[in-house]
Amino acid sequence: MRYVTSVGMEVHAELLTKTKMFCRCPNAFGGEVNTRVCPVCLGLPGSLPVINRQAVEHVVRTALALNCQIAMWSVFHRKNYFYPDLPKGYQISQYGETNPIGYHGWIEIPSEDGENKVSIQRVHLEEDTGKLMHLPGGKAGVDFNRAGVPLMEIVTAFPPDIHTPDEAREYLHYLRLTLIHLGASDGKMEQGSFRCEPNISVAPEGSDKLGTKTELKNLGSFKAVSIGIQHEAERMISTIDNGGELHQETRGWDEGRQISYPMRKKEREHDYRYFPDPDLPPMVFDEEYIEGLRAALPELPLQRRKRYIRQLGLSAYDASLLITDDPGWAEYFDEAVSLGGSPKLICNWMNGDFLAMLNEEGLPARESSVSPAHIVDLVALLESNRINGKQAKEIFEQSFKTGEKPSDIVKREGLEQLTDESEIRKAVKEAMNQNPDAVQKYKEGKTNIQGFLIGQVMKKTQGKANPEIVSRVMTEELER
Amino acid sequence: MPISMDELRQIADLARLRLSDVELEAMHSDLNRVLTHFTHLQELQLAGVEVSAHAVDAQSVWDNDEPSGGLSREQALSSAPSAESGLFLVPTIIE
Repeated sequence: MRYVTSVGMEVHAELLTKTKMFCRCPNAFGGEVNTRVCPVCLGLPGSLPVINRQAVEHVVRTALALNCQIAMWSVFHRKNYFYPDLPKGYQISQYGETNPIGYHGWIEIPSEDGENKVSIQRVHLEEDTGKLMHLPGGKAGVDFNRAGVPLMEIVTAFPPDIHTPDEAREYLHYLRLTLIHLGASDGKMEQGSFRCEPNISVAPEGSDKLGTKTELKNLGSFKAVSIGIQHEAERMISTIDNGGELHQETRGWDEGRQISYPMRKKEREHDYRYFPDPDLPPMVFDEEYIEGLRAALPELPLQRRKRYIRQLGLSAYDASLLITDDPGWAEYFDEAVSLGGSPKLICNWMNGDFLAMLNEEGLPARESSVSPAHIVDLVALLESNRINGKQAKEIFEQSFKTGEKPSDIVKREGLEQLTDESEIRKAVKEAMNQNPDAVQKYKEGKTNIQGFLIGQVMKKTQGKANPEIVSRVMTEELER
Repeated sequence: MPISMDELRQIADLARLRLSDVELEAMHSDLNRVLTHFTHLQELQLAGVEVSAHAVDAQSVWDNDEPSGGLSREQALSSAPSAESGLFLVPTIIE
């Protein structure tokens, strides 16, 4: 039997704020344990939460970017459960179909023939928990530095639109880039600021019901997500085919052994006893606030990708090199293109020599001495055939070191490429006269000797001759 | 649904409250009056009444995202039953 896999995705992203969600303790990663704590995030009696304006703004902007409806009246709920990393005995979260700040949205992801839409059920605001740590002697301790850090949860709609590990990966990739380009999260998976938990089910092809789902945890990278989903779907199919039964459960991913293992039976939802948090009156948004944020949204990664491919004629691969974790890289490219010059050449130079030099120096593009105008200047020299590729590399290196404009270097050092055909022909004839053996060999059929002769011409012209013209003229003269 | 003296002692213990017998007696009668009040509330006919998330008609206030306040680690740990290596010690967990 053939099966269809369905994947729902729950993503938690820590928000880029200076302070926590409900108190003004610093929001940071690392550092000494229990040094960013106060009565609010420790859940001490008598303390009261106060909402972080910036965190709300991040979630509204994300919800808008994900084409969500905005709940103009939105409530925080208490999600009750006992665990040592949760000091209050409940997590402040948002519950309900149309109560979360954003609901019923979608995001586009690239597909083989254009874009696919992945529907989003909700985008809500909550708080992170503390960190449970193991101490020598089998003891356990808690660090509350992370307790109360603003956390955004993004959940895909049911039934799921994602059906393959690749689609899951593409979804996560574009969602993560979107959050980074919005400035809402730094998206660092290794620091836990972007965490994803897929739930997976398989059903016979053509069935209108989804199979029993399992939720997969401990996925540390996008690669692990895609391998984990593949593995889980295969495990389910083989269980069904062998007459076994699937259980709704949470399974962990063992990265070392590349298998999933059962963690715990899933709690029922009402166990959490959700109720509106009496300490926090509802958030009420007005139209002006929402529309102001909507109007100020930046160009999003997928829109940018479409523009690069459809308007600027770049390949999907080139577009992916420009749209990265650093929004400044794409902005740098956009500025260069707006100054004129071939987008493809600008892209090549940025992602070739320039990127290598930046990486070597550990510099962001904007802090280097090469501005978008420098790149455009260099590309113009190349496009008008005033310099060749080899010269361009040398000139660019100088420009990177000194900040001098490529065209100024060309002028100062007299590096302009030789394109005068009669002068090139003169040099070609000289080279032939000085190397009669080589000419003889060519006539005997060893045509690759032409490379040697071209090298002689380049030497005579100090590398300035246009290689294409040299090659054409050389062939003409040899075939004469 | 009155609360028994044993349940009250257990709750006090979980909340780490050291109460004398006199205090426990007073607490017992106070808590049971509160619980009785809730049974009265449950008798109300509320069909057709609009759901409200909050007792007062207020909307939330937002704070600017600027760090302030906070406790030192020593202050934070001073009320912990036990601490080690700067951490709040907790029972080891099943999972």
